[in-house]
Amino acid sequence: MRYAFVSTLLLASMLLAACGSPATPAPGPGSDQPTATTASEPVASEITVAGSTSVQPLAEVLAEAYMGAHPEIRITVQGGGSSVGVKSAAEGTVDIGTASREVKDEELAEFPDLQAFIIARDGIAIVVHPDVPLEALTKDQVKGIYEGSITMWSEVGGPDAAIVVVGREEGSGTRGAFGSLIMDDEEFAMVGTAILQPSNGAVRTTVSTTPNSIGFISFGYLDGSVKAVAIDGAEATVENALSGEYPVVRPFNMLTIGEPSGAVKDWLDFILSEDGQAIVADEGYLAVQ
Amino acid sequence: MRRRYLVDRSVRYLLFFSALISLFIVFMIALFTLREAWPAFREIGLLNMLTSSEWRPGRDQFGLLAMIAGSVWAAVGSMILGVPLALAGAIFLAEVAPVWMRGIVRSSVELLAGIPSVVYGLFGMVVLLPAIRRIPVAGNTGFGILAASIVLAVMILPTITNIAEDAIRAVPREYKEGSLALGATHWQTILGVTLPAARSGIVAAVILGVGRAVGETMAMIMVIGNSIVLPRPLNSNPLTLFLSQARTLTGNIAVEISYATGLHEDALFATGVVLFVLIMIINSSANLLIRERRR
Amino acid sequence: MSEQIGVVLSTDYAPGGRSNLTLRHLTERAAFALLWLAGGAAVVALLAVVGYVVVQGIGAIDLDFLFSAPRGGLAGEGGISTTIITTVYLVALTISVAAPLGIGAGVFLVEYASEMQGHSGLIRRIVTVARFGVETLAGVPSIIFGLFGYALFVSALHFGFSLLSAGLAGACLILPVIIRTTEEALLAVPRSYREGSLALGTTQWQTVSSVVLPAALPGIMTGIVLSVGRIISETAVFYVTLGGSSRAPTSLLDSGRTMALHVFYLATETNAFQKAMATGTILIVSIVLINAIIHLLTRRFAMR
Repeated sequence: MRYAFVSTLLLASMLLAACGSPATPAPGPGSDQPTATTASEPVASEITVAGSTSVQPLAEVLAEAYMGAHPEIRITVQGGGSSVGVKSAAEGTVDIGTASREVKDEELAEFPDLQAFIIARDGIAIVVHPDVPLEALTKDQVKGIYEGSITMWSEVGGPDAAIVVVGREEGSGTRGAFGSLIMDDEEFAMVGTAILQPSNGAVRTTVSTTPNSIGFISFGYLDGSVKAVAIDGAEATVENALSGEYPVVRPFNMLTIGEPSGAVKDWLDFILSEDGQAIVADEGYLAVQ
Repeated sequence: MRRRYLVDRSVRYLLFFSALISLFIVFMIALFTLREAWPAFREIGLLNMLTSSEWRPGRDQFGLLAMIAGSVWAAVGSMILGVPLALAGAIFLAEVAPVWMRGIVRSSVELLAGIPSVVYGLFGMVVLLPAIRRIPVAGNTGFGILAASIVLAVMILPTITNIAEDAIRAVPREYKEGSLALGATHWQTILGVTLPAARSGIVAAVILGVGRAVGETMAMIMVIGNSIVLPRPLNSNPLTLFLSQARTLTGNIAVEISYATGLHEDALFATGVVLFVLIMIINSSANLLIRERRR
Repeated sequence: MSEQIGVVLSTDYAPGGRSNLTLRHLTERAAFALLWLAGGAAVVALLAVVGYVVVQGIGAIDLDFLFSAPRGGLAGEGGISTTIITTVYLVALTISVAAPLGIGAGVFLVEYASEMQGHSGLIRRIVTVARFGVETLAGVPSIIFGLFGYALFVSALHFGFSLLSAGLAGACLILPVIIRTTEEALLAVPRSYREGSLALGTTQWQTVSSVVLPAALPGIMTGIVLSVGRIISETAVFYVTLGGSSRAPTSLLDSGRTMALHVFYLATETNAFQKAMATGTILIVSIVLINAIIHLLTRRFAMR
């Protein structure tokens, strides 16, 4: 009986501890609120960033550049998607959340202290497998393809082959932006047979290796493995996006809770400075200044 | 002397505690999964989740039917491809193979068992998808249930072969000798005596294999397409069902978990509950089958 | 032997009709041919998968690959040094958590539980339930461990995507394996060992620690090595608990990427299929080594 009593006591206490404990601030990234560090202290040594997979490569490059000048700072960048970026920033799980779309009204209502900083703009390119003999599509054609009303390449001037549609998950900022800009509905219904991939990179890999496929990816992910088609006559270039001719452009947001300070503020200032924006442009995105 | 007994006593408590840890963990897993899943069940309704094939998180629609179908068809496909091969391999290892061959085959099977699932997925992406794409059926993208079934079949082969082989070896020699004494050939003995005697073990092996197939995640994400659609034949030939894209319950969780917040996240935990219940049903129905037969 | 019996029961003795022995022999030949094919198929499957991956990947493996970190998230440049480090850290963490608990549980279930049958029904019931816990845990698919790890360690306990979350989730995953192999190893130790020790006047714990455990050690080590292999190969659990950072973790709360995860990211996010194959090759080599170690251990075990 004694064994039972003692052990059940131990178990019960573990249970209570696990169920009831609030977050213990751990000496590591993520749980420190940016406002906790004062300007007089040496800047906090870690910045955690999480969110959109579209923003991720740009954030990584910006992080490398900043860390080169400030070796005592460590910036870690993770993916997870725009929605997670908003949520993590709002809950303080990370220092900076990233999103490749505008913050939704519901999100602002839920987290009124959320601060958004547009660090760049990005075009979304419609890409096809390199062997597809098409150079241009209209917005309505792309809409029809993704709705499922257009199923063969021959209907849009291509060969007699079925279109393989590749898309993103519903939580994806890229998909949301694609939705509002091309499908006229952020929450559009993609054709059921679409192959869904969890990131820009995965969409690119799928389109580049699957014949007769079409997909949408961030400008920053464009490389020789896929072919970008012109939309309504405008080619998918940074110039056309800047001039407004290319219609599919969305903002890259960096989000914090409350005013940023310390290392976070320093990094954001760097990103919005001339040097930072030069990097943005170099990487194939649109600078905001 | 006293110290020894004090040590002995305290160690007992410690060890008892360790033993309860597993139970504790199962309890915790159940607790947390259900706790996160509960809002989804309450707001969407279990019946709705199980019968609707509309999974639109943006519209708060969380129907799992397409994913359940995907998991089931992938598992069925893997069984069609893998079970005969695995059983044949088990019979081969237990009854027919000469010693030198046994070593080679067994080592191969063991190695197959240890290969990470992502490597199978990689192989599937690079080799299987282009190969399947060659099948001239409209709507065939290479991604789909066939690719998933092939990958799964190779993955569950070692599990089924190992356990089935053990079961066949466990059949008492007298059974076989009696049959041979009556003039049956070796093969007739295997068919008519050994296999029926090893039946419960073989069924257990297959069930474990199916469980592993339903539980596989990463390889599935890489080759099945993750499309939210009820698998259906692509043309009049019903076999083309296997060329349809699909999404498994496991893939549903893994692909969306990092994107999900709020009710969407809860729905993913609910998917985990459904997955777990599905596996428990598979296991229990197999156990029932074994018990029924024993009567 | 069956041939001889066949001869005995041939047409000379069978009353009336002809024996179908030839037909049965032919069927047997055909069946056995198929069985040989099946056995060969397993070998062929192995050669196909492993062979393809290794042949494609081995070209990309050089010192630079092994010792430089993954750079350039998009094109998959760089090597796998940080992933190797993360994998090693993760294995160490999961084993250090799961081994004491698992071995302790195994020891209890084998050495102490049976004698506890004499105690109250409550104890007996707890022991049965504990066993049931181990069995259930063994059947849980790995993604559920990931989900659980995400809910408990990443979110509720605010560990975030980190080595700690992944390590704890992984420990839950391998716990049943360690418990089972420990039990088997302990059960294989002859009763005479225990009886002899107790007859000399030791306490039970002294018996277990000085006599039984050392005798069962190779078997227990097999379980640990099996778990190491499992952690190296495992992906789903860590996909949702570890995060995807390509840097080497410097603290328990840092994110990271195991080699298996790296294969996944390379394959799905980049076109660097050769690098993915190369990482896969390193993984396969590790598994081969682990299998070899297990064989050695089992042989030592059997010899006792």
